[in-house]
Amino acid sequence: MDRREFIKKTGQAIALAAITGGTGLAFNERRVSHYESLIPKISDFTIPLDNSLPGIALAKNSNHTAALNSALDAIGGIKRFVQKGERVTIKPNIGWDRSPAQAANTNPDLVAEMVRLCLDAGAGQVIVTDISCNDPRRCFLRSGIRDSAEKAGAKVILPSDDEFVKTDIKGKELEVWPVLKPFIETDRLINMPIVKQHSMSTCTIGMKNFFGVVGGERYRLHQNIDQSIVDLAAFCKPTLVVIDATHVLMRDGPTGGSLDDVLTADSVICTTDQVAGDSRGAEFLGFKGADVSHIVLAEKSGLGKIDYRSIGYKEIS
Amino acid sequence: MTIKQVKNLRRFSQVLFFAIFFWLILKTNFSVNFNPSNPNEIILPLPVSIALQFDPLTALGTLLANASLYKGLLWSLVILIPTIFLGRFFCGWVCPLGSLNNLISEIPSERIRRKGRQKIDSNRYKKYQRIKYYIFFFFIAGSLIGTLQIGLLDPLPLLARSVGTVVLPAVHTAALGIVGWVKSLGIPPLGRAAQIAYDFIAPLVLNFRLVHFHAILTIAFVFIAILIMNRIYTRFWCRGICPLGAMLGIFSRFAIFGLKKDEKACNQCNECLLHCQGADNPDIGSTWRQAECHLCLNCQAICPKGALKFKFFPDQEITKSNPAPVQKIDISRRKAMASVVGGVLLYPLFRSGDAFGVNADSRLIRPPGASAENDFLARCIRCGQCMRVCPNNALHPTFLESGFEGIWSPILIAKIGYCEPTCTLCGQVCPTGALLPLTMKQKVGDESTPPNRIGTAFIDRGRCLPWAMARSCIVCEEWCPTSPKTIYLKDETVINREGVTVTVKQPYVDPALCTGCGACEFACPIADRSAIYVTSVGESRSTKNQLLLQRKETRKV
Repeated sequence: MDRREFIKKTGQAIALAAITGGTGLAFNERRVSHYESLIPKISDFTIPLDNSLPGIALAKNSNHTAALNSALDAIGGIKRFVQKGERVTIKPNIGWDRSPAQAANTNPDLVAEMVRLCLDAGAGQVIVTDISCNDPRRCFLRSGIRDSAEKAGAKVILPSDDEFVKTDIKGKELEVWPVLKPFIETDRLINMPIVKQHSMSTCTIGMKNFFGVVGGERYRLHQNIDQSIVDLAAFCKPTLVVIDATHVLMRDGPTGGSLDDVLTADSVICTTDQVAGDSRGAEFLGFKGADVSHIVLAEKSGLGKIDYRSIGYKEIS
Repeated sequence: MTIKQVKNLRRFSQVLFFAIFFWLILKTNFSVNFNPSNPNEIILPLPVSIALQFDPLTALGTLLANASLYKGLLWSLVILIPTIFLGRFFCGWVCPLGSLNNLISEIPSERIRRKGRQKIDSNRYKKYQRIKYYIFFFFIAGSLIGTLQIGLLDPLPLLARSVGTVVLPAVHTAALGIVGWVKSLGIPPLGRAAQIAYDFIAPLVLNFRLVHFHAILTIAFVFIAILIMNRIYTRFWCRGICPLGAMLGIFSRFAIFGLKKDEKACNQCNECLLHCQGADNPDIGSTWRQAECHLCLNCQAICPKGALKFKFFPDQEITKSNPAPVQKIDISRRKAMASVVGGVLLYPLFRSGDAFGVNADSRLIRPPGASAENDFLARCIRCGQCMRVCPNNALHPTFLESGFEGIWSPILIAKIGYCEPTCTLCGQVCPTGALLPLTMKQKVGDESTPPNRIGTAFIDRGRCLPWAMARSCIVCEEWCPTSPKTIYLKDETVINREGVTVTVKQPYVDPALCTGCGACEFACPIADRSAIYVTSVGESRSTKNQLLLQRKETRKV
């Protein structure tokens, strides 16, 4: 072995040893975090109160889009809620693989009309989305909402895994949960629930509809359902609540499945007060708002008024 | 035609048919429309399983096992009848698995470049090529007795199954992994580019969401082994194993199209052997074997002297160097008989075990529309189309849940996905009628029609939150899709650890209403093993596997 060869071989061995040792050191005790940075509490979508207008309006009309328009006009009209160029997210209930007549999902005609109203008011973009319970492709299709909302000009988003952000709900019960982006990255949030019976929360109307903004293991929310509902309602703070009571699911909610379970009420409620809206909506199912524990808790938490007449109630028929 | 032209023409045909086959598998997903005659019903507009119905072996196997040919399977005659006249053109020009084997065999390697002589020798007819005929007889005899096993090795179901349950999900997993890795590098433009590329490719080839299938390692093993063997023997599968190739070989016995060898023109260059796909002895001096020939036409095109010609009614001269011009299938009658006996014995062997009937797995939940197990096993070819089309990833290949006899047949695993009550896609894609196409009315039921039931739910009270742990939960009842709900709740006051009395709603199952869809098992918050689970008892397809004295079968809509 000559000197040159000795140096070369020794040098190679040292280099390999250095790489080996270096790799070991570099990865020693290094923990890779799987958590993305948390999004802080989202902006408040509510608009300022206007005491000259009623806080809640209910319109009854067998022409459902007309009912929506008259109820909305009574509380100030769409221009009060949506400004030019704004991005609007509409959150109907598209939870189940059910047809419109079975009243498990929001009436597709109302959703389409709401999309049109927002666009006419100058909205830059209108998004319609929900995190369904059943397969979203089936729910969006069979509810009729995909087709009707797209036809009206909305962007319909089916939730996919990379559309979620880990978000701090900052609730009493709920902390960090994955939230679908369009519910955060928007200017206006319009909640469009349908009135349904629910065996645990008594009724599922507006505030319960916000279960559909979080993904993950949301079946665990039922272990403290009242606080979970209130936490999510306080987190979402919608601009406007439009309650579909055209068809009401009286039994076997929230899935239904039989036309026997459905009552035709031909009514639409528009309000800026989530608690008042749910309180009025619950009456279709034969309850008072004060009978429903999550509505009571919501009022205690300062989200609104159970006594919906106190904020100015108008009924149009 | 030059060899290049022949090869290009054949490649065009192979690529075309492979593309159609692959595209149909990709389209076996939620590409749906509303049924024009019933706007509530969702249907697949494309006949996505049509390729499988062109398979003559599937047709023959199911015909023997059921004494009837299920709807589209008559299409297989489009392949079979021309084969009778021409020979195995299907293998060389159409079969997508054959094309894949062809492709992998032809990737250049040292074996081909350096060892030409070895390659020539390996392309001569070999005794191992008889094996496929014995496999064919074995499976066909089994079919005749009523256990349909041909799907395990029938190339079209095999490829559909392998692509649908192994290749595409693995590609999806890899794609997500790559995108996630690129994003984790912390270079935002790179991460965005990866996402854009993924968003572009995903809707074309990937599923709506990542699916996970049960027991796919065994499917992958068979498929990969088939592909790897091409590197040892050119088209080993097609030459030695494929039972469809064997069947087509047998049907080409009276072919009027064949190879005419001109002994005088031949200069013994052996180019024909070097390019032979089927190992059918195209050279002068050995016997050409019609039943082995894939009709690739390479020999005719490569022959520098024009000594080999495919033609109709080739009149063969018998000469010293061409001893017996055309020999029919080379099999030993004794071994063929042994294969038949073996195939026949499959049935008593399978059915004397306990997996069928007497001790069937309680979790063997067949898809909706499945016929009774006996009939089902005589029809299912394990093509995996039902598993691929299921929007909820509910259907999976079995491993041993239905014994060796039912390996890779479909099973519903509710923890991964439940059966959507209004969905009828699996029955729509089944090419053999193992799953009958139900209408939505037959699936959900109404005043006059009982619903299709696949099992019954049971509550594990030791794991259920309101039953065992004094905690609230009603998720199973919330998800229950029947109306009225199968799951009902009773208020119960229980005392928790702190000694506080709390009221919880405890769930009960009404077995008369349950359809076994598994939505409750899927939604149960007890993540690792649900506190409510479905077993097969009560399934519509069985008269024995029941629990109730009688039940009211219809419901109001």
